[in-house]
Amino acid sequence: MTHHQPQIDTSPKVSDEIRKTTCYMCACRCGINVHMKKDDEGEMRVAYIEGNRDHPVNKGVLCAKGSAGIMQINAPSRLKAPLKRVGPRGSGEFEEISWDEALEIATGHLSRIRETNPEKLAFFTGRDQSQSFTGFWAQAYGTPNFAAHGGFCSVNMAAAGIYTMGGAFWEFGQPDWDRSKLFMLFGVAEDHDSNPIKTGLAKLKERGAKIIGVNPIRTGYNAIADEWVGITPGTDGLFILSLAHELLKAGKIDLEYLTRFTNAPVLVNGDETSDEFGLLLRDKDDKLLVIDRATGKPTAFDKKGVKPDLAATHTVKDVTHRPVFQHLAERYMSDEYAPEAVEERCGVPAGRIRAIAAELARVAFDEAFEIEQEWTDFRGEKHKTMTGRPVSFHSMRGISAHSNGFQTCRALHVLQILLGTVEVPGGFRFKPPYPKPAEAHPKPHCKVTPGAPLNGPHLGYVQGPDDLMLKEDGSPARIDKAYTWENPMSAHGLMHMVISNAHAGDPYKIDTLFMYMANMSWNSSMNTKGVMEMLTDKDENGDYVIPNIIYSDAYSSEMVAYADLILPDTTYLERHDCISLLDRPICEADAAADAIRWPVIEPDRDVRGFQSVLCDLGARLHMAGFVNEDGSAKYKDYADYIVNHERKPGIGPLSGFRGENGDEFGRGEVNPDQMDRYIENGGFAVHHIPEEAAFYKPWNMAYQDWAVKTGIYDAPQPYLFNLYVEPLRKFQLAAEGHGHRQPPEHLRERIKETLDPLPVWYAPFEDDNVDTEEFTVHALTQRPMAMYHSWGTQNAWLRQLHGRNPMYLPTKIFAKHGFEDGDWAKISSAHGEITVPVAHHGGLNDNTIWTWNAIGKRKGTWALDEKAPEATKGFLLNHLIHELQPPKGDGLRWANSDPVTGQAAWFDLRVKIEKVDGPPENSQPDFDPIKSPVGKGPENLAWKVGK
Amino acid sequence: MTQLPAQTTRKLGLVIDLDTCVGCHACVISCKGWNTENYGAPLSDQDAYGEDPSGTFLNRVHSFEVKPEATPAQTIHFPKSCLHCDDAPCVTVCPTGASYKRVEDGIVLVNEKDCIGCGLCAWACPYGARELDKAAGVMKKCTLCVDRIYNENLPEEDREPACVRTCPANARHFGDFADPESNVSKLTRARGGMDLMPELGTKPVNKYLPPRPKDTMDEIDILAPLLAPVATETKGFLGWLDKALEKL
Repeated sequence: MTHHQPQIDTSPKVSDEIRKTTCYMCACRCGINVHMKKDDEGEMRVAYIEGNRDHPVNKGVLCAKGSAGIMQINAPSRLKAPLKRVGPRGSGEFEEISWDEALEIATGHLSRIRETNPEKLAFFTGRDQSQSFTGFWAQAYGTPNFAAHGGFCSVNMAAAGIYTMGGAFWEFGQPDWDRSKLFMLFGVAEDHDSNPIKTGLAKLKERGAKIIGVNPIRTGYNAIADEWVGITPGTDGLFILSLAHELLKAGKIDLEYLTRFTNAPVLVNGDETSDEFGLLLRDKDDKLLVIDRATGKPTAFDKKGVKPDLAATHTVKDVTHRPVFQHLAERYMSDEYAPEAVEERCGVPAGRIRAIAAELARVAFDEAFEIEQEWTDFRGEKHKTMTGRPVSFHSMRGISAHSNGFQTCRALHVLQILLGTVEVPGGFRFKPPYPKPAEAHPKPHCKVTPGAPLNGPHLGYVQGPDDLMLKEDGSPARIDKAYTWENPMSAHGLMHMVISNAHAGDPYKIDTLFMYMANMSWNSSMNTKGVMEMLTDKDENGDYVIPNIIYSDAYSSEMVAYADLILPDTTYLERHDCISLLDRPICEADAAADAIRWPVIEPDRDVRGFQSVLCDLGARLHMAGFVNEDGSAKYKDYADYIVNHERKPGIGPLSGFRGENGDEFGRGEVNPDQMDRYIENGGFAVHHIPEEAAFYKPWNMAYQDWAVKTGIYDAPQPYLFNLYVEPLRKFQLAAEGHGHRQPPEHLRERIKETLDPLPVWYAPFEDDNVDTEEFTVHALTQRPMAMYHSWGTQNAWLRQLHGRNPMYLPTKIFAKHGFEDGDWAKISSAHGEITVPVAHHGGLNDNTIWTWNAIGKRKGTWALDEKAPEATKGFLLNHLIHELQPPKGDGLRWANSDPVTGQAAWFDLRVKIEKVDGPPENSQPDFDPIKSPVGKGPENLAWKVGK
Repeated sequence: MTQLPAQTTRKLGLVIDLDTCVGCHACVISCKGWNTENYGAPLSDQDAYGEDPSGTFLNRVHSFEVKPEATPAQTIHFPKSCLHCDDAPCVTVCPTGASYKRVEDGIVLVNEKDCIGCGLCAWACPYGARELDKAAGVMKKCTLCVDRIYNENLPEEDREPACVRTCPANARHFGDFADPESNVSKLTRARGGMDLMPELGTKPVNKYLPPRPKDTMDEIDILAPLLAPVATETKGFLGWLDKALEKL
């Protein structure tokens, strides 16, 4: 047949309208262009979703999740109407009810509790992107029991960063992708900060920069790293401190940076007999003291012209006070941190540790550069240039989800600071509203008054034992035991302990559990089977031990079946939201930014945005901040709140387009047209930082002044980085017997060991709790780039990418047991066992196995067929991980959490592996199907909106 | 059975960078989204929420493990779509003339009106780049977003394939290989861009950039002092510190 080329239309109409909003297919919050087309009935429908090129987060690109949004908003798993449970908990038997009835039921419980004892309500939200609002609601309600999912995610990272340097990774800051020449990535699962990291890695590669990935698993970002360090889980802190050991010994540290910007020169009280032993010395104005090299005398750290000395000491009456730096150097130069001493434990050869230390030093110091940009520091000293140290780091849950995670994250920040590479060109850069030191954050509050608000925000940063959330009898004030001696600095709460503690009545019983977007009866809990039992357990009267459960979700998740009342939420394209500077904003290192979501489509079901429902409930309960003086509802919905709420005069949820003319950013009067202005602007607002304020933000007066002007700070608040974290020492002092608030005896030794003011490494608690000779293998999970917690599977396109999650085994273990692909294994921990399919993965630490998180589904959920591979072959590792450590025989419930912050120690897990002959039909444990409240999805799809 | 043009004016295609591809599947889903809504029949999905979901995709990412002798195993993510071959066996095999290669830009397309869904082209393609849509009964393949790259309803910067526009890792580049000064020609030269299975003689237009060498750091002599110590004990270190501070 001869060549025949038909005429085709190469310029078809793309869409009838583009509506710009913010993605919510994961926590990344990219800008999206939603292309709308009129269908046959003339109705505007979503035809295509792409990245928004103008958006600060993704600059046009979009990941698989984002592009698959169309399958999420049309997913058959969407809940359709409020539901009232009619069968037993866990059965999935519901009847649809009206919103009036649903809100009446909810108000009945909430009102009764509020008027009698507000602590009987536990209100916890999961992947909530509106925490500044949900927290505000919970505070107005008056319960002390509020937090979101940070406690089981990455609070170690956040808290270690805030206490050390006023910010951590991801939302807090980012590598200087445009100038960095060496980038080290520690323990980052594939889904975290997804598009910015991928874009950043590409920029680094384009410039020939080197990428070192430190991760037991070599997939995703680590697959394209130039160097892979397949470290043994839980030993990152030791590895990092060994790098510090090498750098200190070689004098490859930034002394100028350390003296000027950190508490390295601050004197530590050396009087062993004092109640203040180990605390920092201060003058009568409460200013930290350093030795001035010019005078040799103790001097306020911020005095103009002071030259802080690291080498001097200060002796008074035979007591010598040494600077922080000397304590630090002495500790990390010790032989216990030598590469040879740690190589076996870390699974990284000493030579490789040396080579990496040498490369860090070479790039930080030999490739240093200057930017011609004048700036003035907080001591009033002018600098002609900004010095670049092109080494940057990024890290997330891999190093933080351990019982030594807080100190490991601290160690990483100390390494960054020793190299002088935080807030300098080429290094790590904060994103507004960070930097913000711990002292500038609120402290936690817990004072309950029936019928009245809590006495302040729930979550914050404690400065010592006086700030713990304890009742007068010393018992925990919060249901999750946050801010107690068990975990004094639990800045995000402990969501993973709420159900377990409520079931045990430890520290007390509750009346109602109210949750949002938290799949607690499945992938968001440790000990999943146990949690299901706790949620369905009945007391001697035949009543549920946790009497009432209210839950809001947009989809038919596993948790739905365990609630008594379901408040169906909208999908992300059907709602208003604000990605607020009061919360976890979307800023860049060079700009403050925030964003909105708005209903680009209207729901076709009887569902309501959860935040709007909270406004309604707040009014029904007559809560301060939610009613007008005449008692009428203050906000008709969440959008109304977003525009009209003021946290302080002139400061509201959104920073952009404030003031009468809509031309103010940060501070400004309420602008009734603000939402429209955001929509016109593509769904976001950006406000750039002046060039002289771009670096050295914690110490740069131009930045400090800009931050005050934009409402980020109330006043300039320059501060020093804390190599030495004094609040930790205050808890240690208490454990040593000082002070009026004393820890219980059983925690004294642990506090002394783990709340060290200088980073310390200790083995994960699991290693002490189980027989490491029997449980020799570490087991981890991570999410693939194309899925987000439990949501991906309901998406017809995404589940074709990741529909199965075998347990991946390294070469040696695979060979030792004689496995072949298709075989099954029994994986056991001290807590439980699972029987699952296995597969080989060569790019793995020799003693580590792993699987994809949250692919496995409960039969009957997410509108999937009960024979879906997610429900038959998929599985959760969660069954092997208990929320408590094994009983120690003392009758106490020891949380399987970090002893500083309470972060869930997911990755401490140790297992053993046995080959299974005659594989089971389904992964084990296998649970009965749940009756689907939404039915099943259609068999076939051929999705086309336009003609 | 169907003739190829003797030559094409331009040779549009993709450079895919295996050094930066993280295997995120962004390109796969963006392609699915655009091409479901646009050119020809929608890309359907069978058993979408069931036991064995399978849909039509014009672009898929495969992952391979490579084990170098001396260094740890590596994972290579390998996105694969139609390579728009100069000598496209999928076109010549077509019994109805539905498959064709465009004279002006070399894009290989299927005229769905003439496609009888016989599947011969998919059998002839050595790369497995064509998929028969089960709902529409016609052959689907990468169109290089022919309805985007010339589309006057799109801003000029968006006139590139959906997969290229969306790739977060900048691993996909679109351009004209007939122009030696185009971005794709330059990248191919600079990075040693390769043909996929050149021995088959299909003369693919798309090129793959190989991954950079990895795990080379251990090649440094580990016995050599990488970082010379300034002191061996604390006192000496304080002496060094004092001198170093004096120099500031």
